[in-house]
Amino acid sequence: MSPEQLAVVLVLAGAVLVLARALRGPSVYDRVLAVNAIGTKAVLLLVLLGFLQGRSGFLDIAILYALINYVATIGLLKLVTRRRLR
Amino acid sequence: MTDLLAQNDVFLINIALLAMVAIVALGTVLTRNLLASAMLLGVFGLLMATVWTNMFALDVSLTEAAIGAGISTLLILGTLSVTGIEERRSPPGRLPAAIIVAVTGTLLIYGTLDMPHFGDRNAPVQSHLSPQYLSQQVGKASAAASEHPSGNDFGGEVPNAVTAILADYRGYDTLFETTVVFAAGISVLLLLRREKPGGVSR
Repeated sequence: MSPEQLAVVLVLAGAVLVLARALRGPSVYDRVLAVNAIGTKAVLLLVLLGFLQGRSGFLDIAILYALINYVATIGLLKLVTRRRLR
Repeated sequence: MTDLLAQNDVFLINIALLAMVAIVALGTVLTRNLLASAMLLGVFGLLMATVWTNMFALDVSLTEAAIGAGISTLLILGTLSVTGIEERRSPPGRLPAAIIVAVTGTLLIYGTLDMPHFGDRNAPVQSHLSPQYLSQQVGKASAAASEHPSGNDFGGEVPNAVTAILADYRGYDTLFETTVVFAAGISVLLLLRREKPGGVSR
């Protein structure tokens, strides 16, 4: 297994671990954090794939994912705290 | 294109991502906590968007990330803040519905068996339409195109074949799509506008 493949496999394994927390997570905040972390993993995976295949267009998509992830997490937490969803 | 990653590896990554998508979908349906369900739906959108990017459907992936992972999660959560976050237990005995869903799903999967494989170069779309589009003057310099006017490519002014097809062949399609979106936006504004206490609407 080449280092590049190993990197992709490790990112995917990390995503699976975080996914388990999102599925089980007893409290809301566990899930919010897990959703945010999965978004980060998606960004990492896209950057990695873009680099490995020599497609710089993936970088733009990854930046956009990071922005959407950030905004969605903030909005989620605002709703959870203000409307007392718990 | 430097290929440090074989096509086969990309295929394997897609399989891993789609397996995670299936797990997330099962978790979304099975969990009783609707708040968790909504968040898992956001994860579903994010993973699907990554799969789309992997398949080079960049426009689809952008839309999926913005709508599936971003807006719709927040809209569902806004709804949940009004309705409550626990799902009511549904009465058992949905066998007919389950049978109908299973039969429809089987038929749909059976229908996909006739389709050409992903990226098959002998597929009809590769052997008939694409060469025809690409053989036009699309993407060539306008000076060269003006010697051979073909009428379908804005005289060679459009530098990208996909843009030429979207803007020319599907121009009316795109125009009326934007009209539908515009009408939908106006309807939502009319439905959601606030009325003043005096009874006169803004």
